[in-house]
Amino acid sequence: MINIVGNRLWFFLIAGILLVIGIVSLSVFGLKTGIDFASGSLLTVKFDQAVNPVDVEKELPGFGFNGSVENDAHGNIVIRTVELTTQEKATLKEDLVTKFGTLTELGFESVDPIVAKQTASAAVIATSVASIGILLYIAFAFRKMPKPFHFGVCAVAGLLLNVVVVLGVFSILGKVANWEIDLVLVTGILTVIGYAVNDTIVVFDRIRENQKKYPGTDFGMVVNNSLMEVITREVATGLGVLFVLITLLLFVGPTIKNLVVVLMVGIYFGTFTSVFVAAPLLVVWEKRDWGSLFSRNQKPEKIVEARS
Amino acid sequence: MSRNSWVFIVILVILAFSLWVLIPIDSDRFGRTGIQYGLDLEGGIRLVYQVDLSTVEKGNEKAVINDVIAVIANRVNPLGVTEPNIEQRGANQIVVELPMPEGGITDTQKERIGRITLLEFRELVQTLDEEGNVVEEKWIPATGTYNGETKTLTSSYFKSNTEVRMTNLGAIQLYFEWNEEGAVLFKEITTRLLGQPLGIFDGSGEDAEPLYGENGRPIAPTVEEVLSTDGVVTGLTRTDATELSKQLNAGRLPVPLTLIGEKNVDPSLGADFIKLSVRAGIIGIAAVMIFLMAYYRVPGVVASLSLAFYGSLTLAIFKLIPVTMTLPGIGGFVLSMGMAIDANVLIFERMKEELLVKTTLSSAMESGFSRAWTAIWDSNVTTIIACVVLYWVGDTVAFGGAVKGFALTLGIGVLVSMFTAVLASHTMLRMVVHTGLSKQITLFKPYTGRKLA
Repeated sequence: MINIVGNRLWFFLIAGILLVIGIVSLSVFGLKTGIDFASGSLLTVKFDQAVNPVDVEKELPGFGFNGSVENDAHGNIVIRTVELTTQEKATLKEDLVTKFGTLTELGFESVDPIVAKQTASAAVIATSVASIGILLYIAFAFRKMPKPFHFGVCAVAGLLLNVVVVLGVFSILGKVANWEIDLVLVTGILTVIGYAVNDTIVVFDRIRENQKKYPGTDFGMVVNNSLMEVITREVATGLGVLFVLITLLLFVGPTIKNLVVVLMVGIYFGTFTSVFVAAPLLVVWEKRDWGSLFSRNQKPEKIVEARS
Repeated sequence: MSRNSWVFIVILVILAFSLWVLIPIDSDRFGRTGIQYGLDLEGGIRLVYQVDLSTVEKGNEKAVINDVIAVIANRVNPLGVTEPNIEQRGANQIVVELPMPEGGITDTQKERIGRITLLEFRELVQTLDEEGNVVEEKWIPATGTYNGETKTLTSSYFKSNTEVRMTNLGAIQLYFEWNEEGAVLFKEITTRLLGQPLGIFDGSGEDAEPLYGENGRPIAPTVEEVLSTDGVVTGLTRTDATELSKQLNAGRLPVPLTLIGEKNVDPSLGADFIKLSVRAGIIGIAAVMIFLMAYYRVPGVVASLSLAFYGSLTLAIFKLIPVTMTLPGIGGFVLSMGMAIDANVLIFERMKEELLVKTTLSSAMESGFSRAWTAIWDSNVTTIIACVVLYWVGDTVAFGGAVKGFALTLGIGVLVSMFTAVLASHTMLRMVVHTGLSKQITLFKPYTGRKLA
C-alpha cells in the first residue's frame, strides 16, 4: 500500500515548487495575449508565391505599420498590428501586393480595446463565479460531513493550483514559442477545470463514503485507503483520455496542437492535484495540525472490512 | 414483461429515433437539415458595432436598438446571406453574424452595413495656379440651404421607393425620388453646378469612397439640367444597383454606429478541419471502445454500446435544437464524452470491488451502480453549474460565442450522459447477468494479465 497521506511532504513540495515556478513565470514573462484580450488586428493572407514572414515583417514599417508577422499552421502569413480600419487594411493589402505579388485574404480579425477589455474581465468573472458556485455545491453535497466547507475549499484550492500551473506553462511557452492565449484556449482551461473538479469529487466521494463506513478510524487512514481504492479508476480514465488526445493530435494536427497541449498538461496535473494535494490537504486541515504540514506520519494500514 | 425489459424497449426506441434523425445527416427532420457549423469552421463574418446612444432619450434605448437591428437586417438581406444572425449584446452593442455567401463579401459591402449615410453627393473644387493650371482637385460635400440651415445632400433625403430601371439603350439606372427637403437642396445644387460634375460617394466623412461603376471608374455625372424631384445614378452593374436600391429602401440608421470588432474567416480554413476532426473523433472513440472491451470485458462491451447510444442521441439533439458547432463546441462535446466514459469506468471499478465481497454477480452489479452514482451525480452537477455560469457570461461579451458554444455542448452532453451512461449501461448489464454468460464471473472482472479461469 502506498503511503500517500504520510508522504504528503513530497507531494506538497512538488506542488509548491510548480506553484512558485508558475507564479514567477507569470509575473516575469506575463501572458502573451492574443488580440481577443489585447486588442488589435490579425490579417491572414496567402501569397501566390512563397513568402518568408521575416521579409514581410521587415517591410511593414515602410508601409507605415508596426506589427509582427508569423506563419500559421497551414503556412499562411499572419500579420498582427494595432487595430486597422477597413481603409487601412485595404492600403496594407495594396502595399503587400506591390511588394510580394498577388495574395488572397483568408481571414481578418479586428478587436477594439473596448471589446478586448470586456472579454478579459468576462474571463475573470466566469472563472471566479464558477469557482464559488463549485465551492458552494461541494459544501452542500458534503453537508453531512463534520466539516463540509473543508471539502469545498480544498477542492477549489486544488483547482486554482491547477489553473496557475497551466497558465504558468503558457507564459513559458509564450516566451519561448510565441504561444498566445485566445478564447479557444480559455475554453481549454475551462475543460481542464471541469475535469479536475470531476477528479476531486470522485476522490472526496470515496472519502465521504469510507468515513461513514468506518466511524472512529483515523482520518488520515480513511483518506489513504480511499485514495488507494480510486487510483485504478484514475489510471483507467487517464488512459482513455490519452487515446482521444493522441488521435486528435495525429489526425487533426497543427490547428489544435496548442489546445491538446493545454488539455494534456492540465488533465494530468489535475489528477495529480486531486489525489496527491487536495486529499492530503484535507487531512492536515481536519487535524488542525498545521505544524505537521510537512511532517511524515504513521505507516498506513489497510482498514479491515468485516465481511458482510 | 419485467420493468427492465420495458426500459430497454424505450432505449431502443430512442436510439432508433436518434438514428432516424441523423441518417443521412443532410436529411430534413422537423425542418432541420445537417449539423450547423459556426463561423470559425464554416467561414463567415462577425461584426460588432457600438451604438452611440448619447443623443437618445432615457427609456428609449431599447426601441432605438431594435430600429438599428431592423435596418441592419434589411441591409444584409440583399447580400445573399443565407441565415444572418443579428442581436444585441450588452447595453449598447450589436453583433452581426453572416455566414459567407457565394463569392464572399467585399469590404465595400461590409462597410455599408453599418453606415449611417449610404450615399453622399459631392462637388469638385479645383485649385488653380497663376497660369490657370489645375494643381489640386478635391471632392467636398455638396451643400444647399433649407430653412436657413446649410445641409449636405445625401441619400437620407431619398424616398424609400428607389428602383432599378433599364433605359431603351439597355443601360442600368438606379432611380430615386427626393423628399421635400432633398428636392429643395437638389434644385439649388444642380442650379449652381450646371455643366459641372456631381460626384457620388459611398459613405460620408473621411471614410467615404467614390461609388465605382461597372467600368471601374468613379461615378460622377455632369449636371445637364436643373433637377428637383428625382434623379438617376447610371453606370452601376445590375447586381450592384439592385443591392444598393434595396439597401437605400431599408431606411436610415437612427444613430451612428462604430465598428469595434470583426472576425472574418475564409471557408477554406474550416472545411479541412471538419473533415479531419470527424475522422479523429471516430478513431478516438474506436480506440476508447477497444480499451474498454479489452480491460473490462463484458461490461466494457456494454459500455461501448451505451457510448454509441450516447453519441447518436447527443448529435441528434444538436441537430434538432439546433446547436451551432464551433471549435470550442467540439471541445465541450469531447469533454462530455470523456465524462460519459468516466461514469462507466467508475461503475465498473466499483463492481470489481463489490465482487470481492458480494456473493452474486447481480448484487455486486447493483451495488456497484448505486455506490458509483453519488460521485457521478456530484461531478455532473458541478459541471452543469460551471456551464450555466459560462453560458451566462459568454452571452454578455461580443466574442463570447466561443465560450457559450463550449458551455452549451458540454451541458447538453453531460445531461445526456447521465441518462445514457448510467441508465443504458445498467439496463443492458441487468439483461446480461440473467443470461448464461453470468456463470463466467471472470468475464465481468477487469483484465489483470492472468489467464481466465
